[in-house]
Amino acid sequence: MIGRNSLFGPLDPAPDAGYADAPPRKGFFTDTSVCIGCKACEVACKEWNDVPENLFQMLGTSYDNSHSLNANQWRHVAFIERPGRAPAPDQPAVPTTPPVDIGMPTVGAPPSDVPDEAKPDFQWLMSSDVCKHCTHAACLDVCPTGSLFRSEFGTVVVQDDICNGCGYCVAACPYGVIDRRKGPDGDPRVGIAQKCTLCYDRLTDNQRPACAQACPTESIQFGDVEELRERASARVATLHEQGVMDARLYGNDPEDGVGGTGAFFLLLDEPEVYGLPPDPVVTTKDLPRMYQRAAMAAAAMLAGAAVSFVRRKP
Amino acid sequence: MAEAHPVGFQWVVEAKKRGARIIHVDPRFTRTSALAHQHVPIRVGSDIAFLGGIINYVLQNELDFREYVVNYTNAANIVSEDFQDADDLDGLFSGFDTETRTYDPTSWQFAQEDDQGDLGPAQADDAGDSAEQRNTASGLQNEAHGMQVGSRPPRDETLQHPRCVYQVLKRHYARYTPEVVEQVCGVSQEDFLEVCRAWTENSGRERTTALVYSVGWTQHSVGVQYIRAGAILQLLTGNVGRPGGGIMALRGHASIQGSTDIPTLFNILPGYLPMPNAEKHQTLTEWIDAVRNPGSKGFWANAGAYGINLLKAYWGDAATPDNDFCFDYMPRITGDHGTYRTVLDMIDGKVKGYFLLGQNPAVGSAHGRAQRLGMANLDWVVVRDLFEIESATFWKDSPEVATGEIVPEECRTEVFLFPAASHVEKEGTFTQTQRMLQWREKAVEPPGDARSELWFFYHLGRMLRERLAGSEDERDRPLLDLAWDYPMHGDPEQVSSGWGEPSAEAVLKEINGYEVATGRPLSGFLEMKDDGSTLGGCWIYSGVYADGVNQAARRKSRHDQSFVASEWGWAWPMNRRILYNRASADPEGRPWSERKAYVWWDEDKQEWTGDDVPDFEKTKPPSYRAPEGSDGVAAIEGVDPFIMQGDGKGALYAPQGLIDGPLPTHYEPVESPFRNLLHGQQANPTRKEYRRADNPMNPDPRSPGAAEVFPFVFTTSRLTEHHTAGGMSRYVEHLAELQPEMFVEVSPELAAERGLEHMGWCHVITARSAIEGRVLVTERLRPLRVEGRTVHQVWMPYHWGQGGLVAGDSANDLFGISLDPNVLIQESKVGTCDVRPGRRPTGPALREYVEGYARRAGVLDGSEGPVVTASAAAQRESAAAQDGDDQHAPHQREDQ
Repeated sequence: MIGRNSLFGPLDPAPDAGYADAPPRKGFFTDTSVCIGCKACEVACKEWNDVPENLFQMLGTSYDNSHSLNANQWRHVAFIERPGRAPAPDQPAVPTTPPVDIGMPTVGAPPSDVPDEAKPDFQWLMSSDVCKHCTHAACLDVCPTGSLFRSEFGTVVVQDDICNGCGYCVAACPYGVIDRRKGPDGDPRVGIAQKCTLCYDRLTDNQRPACAQACPTESIQFGDVEELRERASARVATLHEQGVMDARLYGNDPEDGVGGTGAFFLLLDEPEVYGLPPDPVVTTKDLPRMYQRAAMAAAAMLAGAAVSFVRRKP
Repeated sequence: MAEAHPVGFQWVVEAKKRGARIIHVDPRFTRTSALAHQHVPIRVGSDIAFLGGIINYVLQNELDFREYVVNYTNAANIVSEDFQDADDLDGLFSGFDTETRTYDPTSWQFAQEDDQGDLGPAQADDAGDSAEQRNTASGLQNEAHGMQVGSRPPRDETLQHPRCVYQVLKRHYARYTPEVVEQVCGVSQEDFLEVCRAWTENSGRERTTALVYSVGWTQHSVGVQYIRAGAILQLLTGNVGRPGGGIMALRGHASIQGSTDIPTLFNILPGYLPMPNAEKHQTLTEWIDAVRNPGSKGFWANAGAYGINLLKAYWGDAATPDNDFCFDYMPRITGDHGTYRTVLDMIDGKVKGYFLLGQNPAVGSAHGRAQRLGMANLDWVVVRDLFEIESATFWKDSPEVATGEIVPEECRTEVFLFPAASHVEKEGTFTQTQRMLQWREKAVEPPGDARSELWFFYHLGRMLRERLAGSEDERDRPLLDLAWDYPMHGDPEQVSSGWGEPSAEAVLKEINGYEVATGRPLSGFLEMKDDGSTLGGCWIYSGVYADGVNQAARRKSRHDQSFVASEWGWAWPMNRRILYNRASADPEGRPWSERKAYVWWDEDKQEWTGDDVPDFEKTKPPSYRAPEGSDGVAAIEGVDPFIMQGDGKGALYAPQGLIDGPLPTHYEPVESPFRNLLHGQQANPTRKEYRRADNPMNPDPRSPGAAEVFPFVFTTSRLTEHHTAGGMSRYVEHLAELQPEMFVEVSPELAAERGLEHMGWCHVITARSAIEGRVLVTERLRPLRVEGRTVHQVWMPYHWGQGGLVAGDSANDLFGISLDPNVLIQESKVGTCDVRPGRRPTGPALREYVEGYARRAGVLDGSEGPVVTASAAAQRESAAAQDGDDQHAPHQREDQ
């Protein structure tokens, strides 16, 4: 079924994918304002989904040693040490390099209008990242084998026994989430695309995804996307009332570049601070226009060819 | 709390969502600070100065909960006129014996109305030999009892008498001003006063404040006094025995509370009964009376029943009134048998064997080198663990192998490694900090030969008994007469071959207690008899198997019952969720406020009632006054909520039982770059020391050069990602990869000063060892201003050793052995050190390097400065307050 918004704009993805009696769309609301960085989500995810080790290497990026979302890391907790305003008493300020504006677009979450001196002093931000389960999922659009599919819950799931490892999805994802497994040697799924399934095998049994189940502080909340969006808006309002003016939502807007995400976030700073793209756009957004242009070109060529025959008329 | 107890921290987050303000006092900015409204960095080891400052704030501004304080604490009691405070004696209390470094507590007592200086029999027993008590960790009758005081000390309820506890307290803490707190702790006055205001504004009739600490707080040479300081503050603010109040120790592992209740400690028996002492407890009566303390108030009066039920549980039919219920079979304490004494004895060749059950002292205990050298000098060691941990491999791969101190080919210790079942592979109970027992089922069969501890000890006992069967030797009787019979279950083949799994529920029933004749489970300890007709393994747990039902297995949802959730699990004693909850009602028995109503007196029914099980005799009215000459339970009056205390009152002031003084006083840690700003007495004068060449302590800040050799303060704690000594996390890939390397956290300022590069290597040096790790430069650590100069604090996690998927040096190797005098806990949260860029030397060069530091610091032979540093005049004056008798027989003086 192809509708007006099938590749861009607001949409309920499961019915759009052809499910007649789809249950309400499921997703995550990750409230980073209560994340304590315990990494229980990372471990629970790996235990349930049998995800092998990622890397045994200290990275020096605060307490994050998982690096990023990748084939062996379906949940990733980022740790950001946001520098304090003032140096310690009687200490020379440690010189820091001021940020350089490289002209990146700043659409997406609105920039904070909180003046610097009103911001809290040194902050340690933590946030558990995950596949966004986009309303318009480019990975799904480009998959040639049908390995990636839209589930009845509106989520995007890889069937690793069908995937042929072509890697189109890897380039298509605007968040850099999906990835082909590189190791460990001997793993039957090396070379195969891997990412969060929103625990599809648990949802079908009416269970919460493993990460949400393990989260001690309800930073990761699982539920119906519509209800979660309401909850998230209320939470932002509460935080604003409490003076946390930097609180903002990321991925909750159905009008954004991916039609809103099934997994969205409450952040306490700009998305870039957490390593998230400020304005992600589904990479297949322009497909219709591209096809349209190609079709026009083809038609023009055909027409031209036809015309050339017309002139050959004896 | 978020770091080490993330699951419990969910409730802090929940409170924050409901508007609670979170303040986190911690030397470094942790995951807890990340969610707190305010982080207050503090110098490690200065907590009594900080809490004393809050106590002073409360007293100076009269913000105490006066009605609570007057009626429920000993604030009104008058202290003996012989008492002299630490503030007057340069950091010593009266009664100090310079030679044994202990106090004679006679002068600390409450005044007596009748005969001055004549101690009641209860007090006299406890005012015994402090040196002996320190050796055997038996102060306060083995750390378990309320203090013993004459039932009726003179009181002044106006709190104006100059010698009443309230005024003594006020004078004691008068110098702990915000200025002094700033100087000692490095906490700004602004931050400090904010904490004071938050604490006091959130306490009173309408509100309560809980004090929650993790057990690193106890790991100081004044560890017990840290907790005492917290208790004083909570009593002054009326936060004990009330909902939302209290003091909670977040335990370091599952069921550490349980292993104190049914202890794995040398000085106590199940239910906090003292381990009998060879000299003091020669007969059953002597032992019981030592617990019972004839003449004092409270429920310990029934100690005879508790002790005899325990003996009956051990020896069953063999225990009869004629043989004193086999009391003579009990082992006896003869001195210091603490874990550190034992390790040093291993080095000295005095110990043959060692059982290690889920414990990894090669990594987890202070002074790792001493631990490993000790273990390498045994005949045998038995290690039961999930993996082959460092305490099983020390003989072949410990750091001492590299230095040549342990030679694998020559190491004589035979290691028996037994695979252990994990907590999901065996049934049993966990007891958590609220004293709640929760039964857990076996979820999966243990793999391979892994078995439960219950299986191991049952069959070990069975085999020993079979080996000794028919022995005529008198010394084998205790083992042969044991009641050692439990139903088996599990794999039918194993059961029939005699190797079944003993039923943990049968053990729970024995712990609960039952009638010997009928087997009927007891409903609680009040049913325990001292005539041998009942038996029970742990009196405080009695009731957990009431009606033959495993009460610990109850799982009624909190949504289906009152907010107290009394039907989830079972809490000792008698399923009470809050101890001393009589204090949640006012002296007339009415709730202090509607908001904080919990337990109250029902005038119509003439009984105590409420949401929880009242921790008071059900029908004793608030108006009850004890008849003259009464003792025990009858002496508990209607306004005495602290029913296990000798006077029924909360102890702001502890007239005896504490080795190091009746009130917490700020002493510097044993290793500190600062002199004690408050007193000449530098550190705890009564601390337990083991001065020997293999246990050097970094020098006193007074010694020349100390500040240059070891200029920095270091502390250690946990990361969320690992579990204690790493035995359960470094060997598991999904956990090990989360924090794969040992690291050292330093501030940007210290990094600049010492030339440390982020992610480069550095090493940390003390007089014991040098260890290396990667440098993590972070603003989460910041230098503090203390006594007018900058101090850098260094932080390390202590999870690594040479084994596992991720290996690294062990931070506990840096600590020496120096102990709190009351309970013999080690000071392993604070020390001084040096930090240098680059990796440490390896091989024999490591010892030379460390010894070079010790030599420069002047402590190479373990002869650091004097322990008693108070002025000579103060020492003389303090000593003058000793009892006339020479209490300290020469053989009881501690070895130095």
